[in-house]
Formats: sequence, structure tokens, C-alpha cells
Amino acid sequence: MGLNQKVGLFQGLKYQGGGPMLAWILHRLTGLGILIFVGVHVLSSFFMQQLGTGLATSVNIVYESWEFQVVVIFCVLFHAINGLRIAILDIWPKLLPFQKEALWLEWVIFIPVYGLTIFILISHALAGG
Amino acid sequence: MRARVVKPGFNFEYMMWLFTRFSALAMYLLAFIGVVAALIMGARTQMDLPTLLRWTFFPNPNHIRTSQIPSDAIAWINGFWKVMEILLVFLGVSHGFNGLRVVVEDYLGSSALKPVVRGLVFLLWIFMLVVAVFVILNS
Repeated sequence: MGLNQKVGLFQGLKYQGGGPMLAWILHRLTGLGILIFVGVHVLSSFFMQQLGTGLATSVNIVYESWEFQVVVIFCVLFHAINGLRIAILDIWPKLLPFQKEALWLEWVIFIPVYGLTIFILISHALAGG
Repeated sequence: MRARVVKPGFNFEYMMWLFTRFSALAMYLLAFIGVVAALIMGARTQMDLPTLLRWTFFPNPNHIRTSQIPSDAIAWINGFWKVMEILLVFLGVSHGFNGLRVVVEDYLGSSALKPVVRGLVFLLWIFMLVVAVFVILNS
């Protein structure tokens, strides 16, 4: 019948899920986010290239706004770093006992890299685009 | 109660599971090659950081149209990069649509709509691949 255990997200996180469940749900959400972004981006590039219409140009202007970039960079960076952890643990299952340390390491890498990136991005955008 | 039943053995699910991991690592490798090549071709002095990052994600001069590519443009617009772009697009689109398939199947369970949904995801995958390769070859 599909996933219908009727448990809220925060209930699941607090009860047993914790860090690993948060990483799992964020990985799914960021993955879908990337799919939607890349999909629309490819389509708008196609229309921009072939027809050069106003709609394609407006879509691209939305992409280049810093608000949008902050979300997209979160999605790509988190999905890539978390995905690397998953791929490494899947290919070398002997490392599985170190799941907790791997998650910790992942956040330690992600937070400074993402923070620095959006700091530079937003300060450039606000200073003069 | 499992939402998505996967039988062990050499089947489609297992192949896609492997593909997801290996395509992710391959995309990392392609990005690394892109960055290293860009630095060798002079990006350190001739390109700003956002441009370099955009190049890393997708090595296409048109991808970085809001900033300039270095003076000897031919090193950046040749067939090698076209092949890299097509490879990257194939890996990324397939990786993404497999992910979409997994998420949708998780919420769908074992309903009768499963072949319909798989067919839709498959068609979308082919469509996006064709559009993306078309854009690459025309740029």
C-alpha cells in the first residue's frame, strides 16, 4: 500500500530516526529539488537556444537571483556530500559501524562549505550584482 | 510492512542500485577533470570563481555566458568538452530519473499502476536526455 505509516516527520525524527533519518529525508528532498531545477533549466535552455522567447529569458533571470541560488546550492551540495557518504558506505560495507562518525563528518564538511559559499554569494549579490 | 519489495539477485533493481552509486562517483570524477583542466588552461588568472564553479558543474562556454571565458577560446569549445558534457548529462539525468523512480515506487507500493508509472518515468527520462543532448550539440 506504499508508505502510509501515518507518523509525522518530527515524530519520526524524535522517536528513533534522529540524524540518519534527517539525512535520508533531506537526501530525497534535495534530489527531487535538483531534478526539478535541472529539468526546467534544460527545457528553458532549449527554448532560449531555439526561440529566444521572453519566457525563457524570464525563467533564466529567476535562476540567477541570489534567493534561488541559495536554495539550489543547498540542494546540490547536500545531495552530493550525503550521496558520497552513502556511496562509500555501500561500496565498503566494513565501514558501516562508523555510520555515526560518517554523518558527523558530513555535517562538518557541509556546514562550512555551504556557509562560506552563500556568504560570498549573498555579499556579492547585495553589493552590486 | 515493506513499501517496495526488492528480490535479491542479478535483476533490474540491483543494476540500478549499482548504477546510482557508480554514476555518482563518475560525476565526481568528471567534475574533478573539469576543474583540473580549467586550472591548467589558465582559469586561475583568467576566470572568476563563480565562472569556474559553473564550468565544473557543466563544461560549456554558454553555461558561463554572464562571464567571460579565457582568450584562447578554442581550448574550451572543442569536441572533448562536448563529449564530457554529453557524458555528464547522460549520467546525471539517468541518476536523477532512477532516483525519481525509487521515490515514486516507495509511495506507490505494489499497486496496479506500477507499470504505468514506470513507463511514465522512462518516457520522461528519454525525453530529457534527447532535449539535453540536442541543446549541447547546438551550442
